[in-house]
Parts: sequence; C-alpha cells; structure tokens
Amino acid sequence: MASVSIENSVANAKQKRSKPSRLAPNYWPFVLPALLVVSAVIVFPWVFTLWMSVNSWTLGQPRTFIGFANYVRLAQDMRFWESLWHTATYTALSVVLPLFFGTLAALIFDAKFPFRGLLRGVFVMPMMATPVAVALVWTMMFHPQLGVLNYLLSFLGIGPQEWIYNQFTVIPSLVLVETWQWTPLVMLIVLGGLAAVPREPYESAEIDGANAWQKFRYLTMPMIAPFLMIAVIIRSIDAIKSFDIIYAMTQGGPGTASETINIYLYNTAFAYYDIGYGSAMAVVFFFIIIALSFVLLMVRQRANWSDMETK
Amino acid sequence: MAKRLIRRKTLDSLGLLFVAFIMVSPVILFFLWMISLSLKYEIDNGAYPPILFPENVAWSNYLKVFEENNFLLYFWNSVLVTGTATLLALVIGVPSGYGIARLKAEKSAVVIMIARMTPGLSFLIPLFLLFQWTGLIGTLWPQIIIHLVVTVPIVVWIMIGYFETTPMELEEAASIDGATPWQVFRLVALPIAKPGIVVSFILALIFSWNNFVFGIVLANRETRTLPVAVYNMLSFEQVSWGPLAAAALIVTLPVLLLTMFAQKQIVAGLTAGAVKGG
Repeated sequence: MASVSIENSVANAKQKRSKPSRLAPNYWPFVLPALLVVSAVIVFPWVFTLWMSVNSWTLGQPRTFIGFANYVRLAQDMRFWESLWHTATYTALSVVLPLFFGTLAALIFDAKFPFRGLLRGVFVMPMMATPVAVALVWTMMFHPQLGVLNYLLSFLGIGPQEWIYNQFTVIPSLVLVETWQWTPLVMLIVLGGLAAVPREPYESAEIDGANAWQKFRYLTMPMIAPFLMIAVIIRSIDAIKSFDIIYAMTQGGPGTASETINIYLYNTAFAYYDIGYGSAMAVVFFFIIIALSFVLLMVRQRANWSDMETK
Repeated sequence: MAKRLIRRKTLDSLGLLFVAFIMVSPVILFFLWMISLSLKYEIDNGAYPPILFPENVAWSNYLKVFEENNFLLYFWNSVLVTGTATLLALVIGVPSGYGIARLKAEKSAVVIMIARMTPGLSFLIPLFLLFQWTGLIGTLWPQIIIHLVVTVPIVVWIMIGYFETTPMELEEAASIDGATPWQVFRLVALPIAKPGIVVSFILALIFSWNNFVFGIVLANRETRTLPVAVYNMLSFEQVSWGPLAAAALIVTLPVLLLTMFAQKQIVAGLTAGAVKGG
C-alpha cells in the first residue's frame, strides 16, 4: 500500500517538477510520510496547546476564552516558582555529576586493559534499563530502616539518612539515581571524542617532560572540549525534562520538595484536569527549554570560534 | 630492561582494570541487589543486616507476579505497542532519512531536534483529548500513535547520518540507467544502509519499551504496558519487596539482554546520534 502511494506520488511529483534533470531526482516524496506524521503528532498538538493556554478549561466543565490570564496566574503562582527552582537545582546537578564521572570513565575506557569490552558493556547497561524498574529498586535501597544504602553507609561511620523521605535530601538522592543512570551516555560521547585524538602531540609532550596532569589539561581537554559541550547540551535537555525517575520515586514529594516543572505540569493537567492552566505551563516550559538550548548552543559556537582564532 | 618494561606494562593494565572495576561496581552492585531482592522471601528482605544470598530462594516471587497481576497481558501489550510503533517508524523514518540526507535539508532535521527537546507531557494534553473525543481510549492505538513521537525521530536521525556517509556514485549510475528514485532507494541505497536500519531499530525498540509517561496517562487496566504495570504494583496493589523486584526485573530484562547482545550497534548508534545531536 504505502509503496504504491509513494510510487504514485513520485510519478506525480516528476511531472510537476519545474526543472527536469536526470541527475537531481525529487526526494520530497520520501520525506512526505514523516512530514505528515510529524505534523500530526508534533505540530498539531503544539497549535492546540497554544489555543488551550488562552482558555480557562477544567475537564468536564465549559471552556471560556480568558486571554493571557493563565500566564498571569502562572507568574503569581508560588508553587510554580518553587518548581522552577527545584528544576534548576536538579538539572544543574544532573549535568555536572554525570559529566565529571562520565569523563573519568571515558579516560579509563580509552586505555587498554584486560576485559575492557566486557566492563564497558556492563557500564552502559544503566542507561538502557527501564527507568521505572530502576526507580523501584532504588526506592527500596533508599528505605531508611531496611534499605541497603544506610547499611553500606554504616561501614563508613555515617549515620542513617532519610534519602528521598526528607525534604532536604530528596533532590540530591534523585540526582544520585539520575547520575547512576546517565553517566554512561556522557562516557560514550567523550569516548567518541577521545578516539579522534591524535597520538603525536602526546609523544612530543612526553619528550618535553610533561606529566600526566599537564598532558590532560593542555592536550586532551582542549581536544575533547567540543564533545564535552555536546554532552552538556544533551544532558541539560534530558535532565530538565526528567519525569520517570522523579514521578516513580516521590511524585514530587515529600510535600512538594522534589516537584519539578514537569511534575507540576503533570499534576495540573492529569491530576487536577486543569487543562488550560496546564497548557500555559507547557508553553512556558517549552520556551525555557528552547532558551536553555539556545544559550548552550551559543556558548558552543563561541568556543569553536576561539579555537579557530588560536589556530 | 625489556623484561622490566613488560612487567611495568602488565602492572599498568592491571591497575587500570582495578580502577575500571571500581567505576563499574555501582552498576554490578545495583543489578546484583535487584536479583537478590527478587529471589528472597519477605523475612529475608526485611532482615538487618541485609542478606545478599538467601538460604531459601524464593522463585515463587516470579510466579506471583504473573499470577496476581495480569502480567502476561501487560507483557503482550508492551510487545504490541513497542513492536507496532517501531515498525511503523521504520516504514516512515527510513525513506525520510534518505530524503533529508539527499536533499541536504539539514534544516528539516531541526524539527526532529525540537521533537527531542519538547517535553513528552506537552504532546500528551492535546492528544489525550483527541483520543477521548475519537473514542480510541480503551484500545492500544493511542499508545501506539504517541510512541511514534519517540520512535520516528530516533529512526530519522540515525538514518540521516547513515545515508550521508553512503556513496552517491552507485545511485547516480542507477538513475542514469533509468531507475526511478524509488527504485534507486529500494535497490541501491537500502541494501547498503542495512547496518543503520538495525541500529535505529534496536534503539527505537529500547526507548519505546522503556517509555512510562505516555502509558500512565493513556492506559487503563486492560491496556497497560509493563512499565505502567510495575509502577501500579508499587503504588496500589502490594508492598512486598520480593514480587516487586521480580516484576522490575521482568520489565527490564528484555532490554538488558538486547543491550548485551547488540552492544556494538547500540554504542555506535548512540555515539553517532549524540554527536550529530549537537
């Protein structure tokens, strides 16, 4: 079915083409199906969300047009500002920690040693594991009385912690899970960067008597910097939208101590069925993500620019 | 002299092995503990100090999961949703990845990037309403359709990368010989791109299988996928740890096995996808 319709559309497109040329076939028909799907499940929801965000509408009640009132309400909503702060802390920590451990792991896995392939395979497993399953097991490990983590801490002479059950430790505890799960992605990206690093500069640096730290700081770092930047961008976008782990472990609690924008958005739309307000929140959230990506991309462009200058 | 150098090298690599082992140990400990939890009776799971290897192995935890929670149905739901969404994504995404690569329309790839940046929840509100109005809620179709948001971008993204690296000469020769663009794609470009298709298939499969957020909104008792089923066990149906951990393991085991067997492809795909992602 699909192939027939594509062939037809290829034929149609051929007749309509303004500049007939054998060497430049028309590729648009190939893109068309995906374009249709994308507009159905991505563009349509966006237009619809924008429309709903200017309406007051709780599911089961009549809808009324209220202009920007939802946005005004959002600006005055303390719970929203708090969730913004939670999101900022959560995201910052969930970028920095995986970046540190991921780079360290990449440097190790870039060297040669026995069982390297096997260990790397094991190291990658967390990012492929189902987040809900991971969250479930961590919840049991975080249990204040029966959890294995407090038992392990007792060996280090550290008293029992309340982990996700305490409003001050809940975000760091969730970040611990996020770091455990997503450090491998950073490792893979940086490993890709290290694979492209040439050997010669290191040889001449060794002749000049550079130590390991100097070689890392002045040779490796600048060469893998673009890859670190990519890792930062991807990690930021993923961490800011993190949902599965937080929702499965705390639902934003205790109280609202770990309620990020995404969780608050979920509660508003699907627990309180306040569709209009939830849509406004979705729009604002989207622009926050876009703004963040834009800033990070700018930083990256800048970094590339200064690289060019030094060369 | 040479002997000492060799000994030095072995020492170095053993040292690296040791450090690498320490880096990997949180992963090993986690999965070991997960297996341990799933194979212990309540008494052992509640013991302090914790027990890693129980005297009595509770295989019955696994039986309980299937007997008491309709897990076979949810497993089948997951297979249907993930399978259909992934296959549809290949049918739609592979040709379009080809088209975008050949058109050199990198700008259209921005749309894919934006899809990645958009929080899943913002698709959910309007589509949830749409599915309610069309009466599709209660079937698996809403989940299949919305999983395309996950699978199509992955496939398109990886396929663009693959088709950009495959040589143009053969395709040009074929079209000079009078092949239509569709024939060129099917008979020349597609066979070369097989490894890319495998990579995108595996990754789309994994990320669709793991998806949780779409399910909790769109699924009911009959249409739950596995991640939702596991979450519901945690929140409503029971609090005993053994069966819970067993359920968690059942959900994630297919993905972990796939990861182990297709490690090379997955690493290649993720690195390519990620590097292009910037």
